[in-house]
Amino acid sequence: MSNPVTATNGAAFTGIATVKDAGLQGMITLRGDLASKTLQAAVKAATGAEVPGQRKVSLAEGGAAAWMSPDELLLLVPYEEAVAKTAELAEALKGEHALAANVSDARSFFSITGEGAREVLAKIAPVDLSPESFAPGDFRRSRTAQVAAAFWLQEDGSFRVVCFRSVGVYMFNLLSNAAHPQSAVGAY
Amino acid sequence: MSTRLAKQGRLIDRSKQIDFTFNGKRMQGYAGDSLASALLANDQMMMGRSFKYHRPRGVVAAGSEEPNALMQLGSGDRYEPNQRATTTELFSGLTAKSQNHWPSLEFDVMAINNKLSRFLTAGFYYKMFIHPRPLWKHLYEPIIRKSAGLGEAPDNELKDPDTYEHFYFFADVVVVGGGVAGLQSAKAAALSGAKVLVLEQNNHWGGRAPVDGGTIDGDAPEVWIEKTLDALRGMKNVTLRDRCMASGVYDHGYVLGYERLTDHAPGQGGPRHRLWRIRTKQIVTATGAIERPLSFAGNDVPGVMLAASMRDYVVNWGVTPGQKVVVATNNDDAYRTALCLHEAGVEVVRVVDARDTGGGALMEAVREKGIRVELGRAIARVKDGPRVTKVAICAQNGEGGAQEEIDADAVAMSGGWSPVVHLWSHCGGKLNWDKENAFFRPDPARPPLGDNGEGFVIATGSANGNLGLGAVLEDAAVAGAKAAECAGFPAKAVAAAKGESMTEAAMEPVWLMPAKADIKLRMKTWLDYQNDVKVSDVQLAAREGYESVEHTKRYTTLGMATDQGKLSNINGLAILADSLNSEIPQVGTTTFRPPYHPISMGAIGGEARGEIFQPVRKTPIYDWNDANGADWEPVGQWRRPFAYTRSGESRHDAVNREVKNTRENLGLLDASTLGKLIVKGPDAGKFLDMMYTNMMSTLKVGKCRYGLMCSENGFLSDDGVVARIDEDTWLCHTTTGGADSIHAHMEEWLQTEWWDWKVYVANVTEQYAQVAVVGPKARKVLEKLNAQAGGGMDLSKDALPFMEWRDGQIGGFEARAYRISFSGELSYEIAVAASEGQAFWDALMEAGKEFNVMPYGTETLHILRAEKGFIMIGDETDGTVIPQDLNLQWALSKKKEDYLGKRAHLRSHMADPDRWKLVGLETVDGSVLPDGAYAKGNGINANGQQNVIGRVTSTYYSATLGRGIAMGLVKHGPKRMGEVIEFPGTDGKIFKAKIVDPVFYDKEGEKQNV
Amino acid sequence: MLILECPYCGVKAEETELGAGGEAHLKRYGPGSDDDQFHDYLFMRENPKGVHFERWRHANGCGKWFHAARCTMTMEVFGTYAAQTTEPPQEIKDKITAKRPGWSWREFSDAAE
Repeated sequence: MSNPVTATNGAAFTGIATVKDAGLQGMITLRGDLASKTLQAAVKAATGAEVPGQRKVSLAEGGAAAWMSPDELLLLVPYEEAVAKTAELAEALKGEHALAANVSDARSFFSITGEGAREVLAKIAPVDLSPESFAPGDFRRSRTAQVAAAFWLQEDGSFRVVCFRSVGVYMFNLLSNAAHPQSAVGAY
Repeated sequence: MSTRLAKQGRLIDRSKQIDFTFNGKRMQGYAGDSLASALLANDQMMMGRSFKYHRPRGVVAAGSEEPNALMQLGSGDRYEPNQRATTTELFSGLTAKSQNHWPSLEFDVMAINNKLSRFLTAGFYYKMFIHPRPLWKHLYEPIIRKSAGLGEAPDNELKDPDTYEHFYFFADVVVVGGGVAGLQSAKAAALSGAKVLVLEQNNHWGGRAPVDGGTIDGDAPEVWIEKTLDALRGMKNVTLRDRCMASGVYDHGYVLGYERLTDHAPGQGGPRHRLWRIRTKQIVTATGAIERPLSFAGNDVPGVMLAASMRDYVVNWGVTPGQKVVVATNNDDAYRTALCLHEAGVEVVRVVDARDTGGGALMEAVREKGIRVELGRAIARVKDGPRVTKVAICAQNGEGGAQEEIDADAVAMSGGWSPVVHLWSHCGGKLNWDKENAFFRPDPARPPLGDNGEGFVIATGSANGNLGLGAVLEDAAVAGAKAAECAGFPAKAVAAAKGESMTEAAMEPVWLMPAKADIKLRMKTWLDYQNDVKVSDVQLAAREGYESVEHTKRYTTLGMATDQGKLSNINGLAILADSLNSEIPQVGTTTFRPPYHPISMGAIGGEARGEIFQPVRKTPIYDWNDANGADWEPVGQWRRPFAYTRSGESRHDAVNREVKNTRENLGLLDASTLGKLIVKGPDAGKFLDMMYTNMMSTLKVGKCRYGLMCSENGFLSDDGVVARIDEDTWLCHTTTGGADSIHAHMEEWLQTEWWDWKVYVANVTEQYAQVAVVGPKARKVLEKLNAQAGGGMDLSKDALPFMEWRDGQIGGFEARAYRISFSGELSYEIAVAASEGQAFWDALMEAGKEFNVMPYGTETLHILRAEKGFIMIGDETDGTVIPQDLNLQWALSKKKEDYLGKRAHLRSHMADPDRWKLVGLETVDGSVLPDGAYAKGNGINANGQQNVIGRVTSTYYSATLGRGIAMGLVKHGPKRMGEVIEFPGTDGKIFKAKIVDPVFYDKEGEKQNV
Repeated sequence: MLILECPYCGVKAEETELGAGGEAHLKRYGPGSDDDQFHDYLFMRENPKGVHFERWRHANGCGKWFHAARCTMTMEVFGTYAAQTTEPPQEIKDKITAKRPGWSWREFSDAAE
């Protein structure tokens, strides 16, 4: 009887960039020793991605692994597979001190595409988002206006933003406001 | 009269006429005009009335330093008071009104203050209105507020229709000021590869140079400015922003830029202001200098203007403030104004130079034009009135006698220049007194320090005390290169553009004109125009013992107006120093604080307004709640339904209905906000034993235990049910407000104290929608759901006993069910994936119909728990309450050697038998006790206040019991059962309440355990 | 507004990403300690004009706690380092000594080995 829905129900807004509810995304919080071979293998098996370096995201075909802290990754997997993959990870890491938790439903997930994408984020996050400083594959946890968020830059120049589900509506409104069609800064 | 000239006006476009109104009068200006220049072009010399004496005032300056020409702009929801005419760009349809007068600008009743000015000296209000005290609030203050002041406050019912935003930007070098010094610095810095941001407050580049003349690299300054701008625009590492003022410099290279996007085109869409939040390694302040007024009687009469500003009006906007102008000066620069006016066809009737020896080449050039120059002379006074008509001239070195009166309609004055050192000083840059030029200039040896302990601001150009184009450009090239080097780029010497301007003779400080002006003159000699502070006021303050410049400032209000004393501070300091027989550097300056120039509150707030004023946290069931009568209550940033009111129902009725129905039938609570933390690892049990006062390591898998948390101080901080998930995993529930803080609290101890313990914590609060299914029919509705789905988790008493949990399916949903109860009823708290929360809720509501299901809110939750005597963090606790106060000794493990708070509980005050303890309270008449009421004790304390012996912590009307019930902390409370104590209400009523057991309902706990 | 480099994620974070956590290197006193020790542990804090050691958390970031050595007078940051230590690393102490010869703070000082 599964009929899962996101907090913003597919909402989209276009201004200097397009802000979109990126839909249900399987997400797994994995805490453990990132240098462990077992963990690296488990991450690869679950996502197809390598364990990323500091403040990086490694993207693979059906998944990704993002660097949250020295002992934490955020794994991206298809939403329908999150429960099973979490269990697989737990199983694979049984011998180690590690914690895998399915957080797919705890999050809201957005994409920002288009020319103004960098500026949209730079209006709300105290992060240098100029092309010299923030390149595809870069991942950052920070503050977006008044809530915590994580974001990264895809190869195609679009951003993905993750925040808590409870502030999903706030985040969508915040991003849409920053993407106001007459608010281009022209700074990059 | 002031009028538009036939020629000149490099910034205006005479082909684009613009209509605007001033005090309802239709006027015309040109594109490129400032409101001030357009008003002058319309012969509107008088632009406002002064703050205190309501004297007629006109524009004095041409930029952001303007003290007088404050306007009320716009109307309706775009109305704004106190806007400077000099920094307001003219646009079609602009409506401006002058302020601080009644009934009209020309005839103002309060101008009587001018006649009374002899009595309204510094400190007048302090001295006069101190007694009798009560009159201040009801009589004096309202009258003074009405008569003294600026523009009218906007209507608080109207909402600003504009939007604002922030923008975070990172640079290696920020250059503040787009004059020739700024552009030269920017170029030098950019050539070394540094990422450079240049901020210019005006809508045009080049600063004063195009007005002041001279040559750069052999051409007129405009040529070089355009060339340099083009070069900078072509560099990828340079960002140029005009209409963007650097308003403040803060620690570690933080700069705020205030960009005015649509002030000149209201309603065009998009944000009105953008606040640039800039982080940079180095800052170059090329902020120029501001001319100082001369202190002579009547120096505030409309038509008296700064000499260089008068030049600005002529050159930039093709406007002259008068036809017969007197120039008064103590330096050579003002002669440029005489030349400029002469060239524009305006008669310069006299140049009054206070210096006995006069000036140099510029003076000679003026004399060559046949203009009369008098040396060692001063303006004795300008005749009072709505504009300049007569100017009396006397010897500078005298008291003002033997005056010669001449006809004139404008006065250009120059008392020398002050480098704009504000941004240098904001973050601690120190100043030196330059005696030769009589100004404070930045001391490069004592700059503001950055995070690496090195200076991060470099002042340059005239902001660094350089005079003359050549020196300015050379200094700027060095400053730009140095900034880049300090920002980590290889040193690269950049050749400065060659600037040439006429050499100037030395200025001579003139702080009072004439030097020994008598008291009558001094009482008409203004220092601070905007706050109406005169020379005589500062002298009075000194006589009354105000020796510190900071005290004098506050006593006289010198420099405290919205212009922050840009014109007045140095002149005021000099008068104070003189009165104290001291030197200016000994007296020192007041503190320079951001913003440099007022910025809008909207810009500071940024995007945070309307829907996104602050984040509102929403549960997965928020929309349903909202559509079904939720009366929202903020709980931290969450919104929770206080109650679900039906049409025609009061809040109180709704709560009573929900309470009864939950006790008798079936209630649903959206409990998704409860914190849920997974704690896992080989040391997790040991860790939780430290976190909680009771033992968590011994909890069996599949079971739940209520736990208490204390701070290291021993005070109760949080509570909740802990479930053991498997051998090394626990799930800890926290209070709604506690999820983030308890998560952080756990991480803090794990990271900073027990970092060798193997424990991981994850906050999974929002992964789940959690629904409390409560009431005698709770099991029935869940079993019905399972039956409909063709099977599911066994929810019977034996399969899922009280204080246990199970994973499984309920109604086809993957769920975790906790048999826990915060109401005393049969109760299941069921967690499903947040994305399915609404669907699960819908299923419960549908299946529950036959059991008379009703959702209930937080107030019912509170009442149900209070009836059972369960404590609530935040009600029974307030950060000073320990578990023992709440009779929770049973939850304090005696077996554990240590846990947070254990040692603290041994402190003498914690073990004091006189601490107030939890009891139930029953009013004698069944009424509801006021929340927070104190219980009366005997006698009074050392402060003469009534002794108190307790207070109400929770109080409700219990629909179940049909009476008011309460909990409270009472001294020796548990030993005083049955005693009646008194709680005075705020309205004089005394509530009598009996001390009883805090469990009011189902004392044996039978109902929850069925 | 300060910037401090988080030693865990390498971000030079501005203050709005950080949470201040009071004095660093407190020694915890629990059961068994006497009243004075416990009182001092709970309440007594340094308030120096000059060299200071503080705890910070990269709250809007990687979530990790770290330590910062800072001058309360000039806001100069001598360095940041991981929180899993009971005393400032020698490297940090050396940096402070280079800038503030003769410094001392609680039991740590210029001369301390």
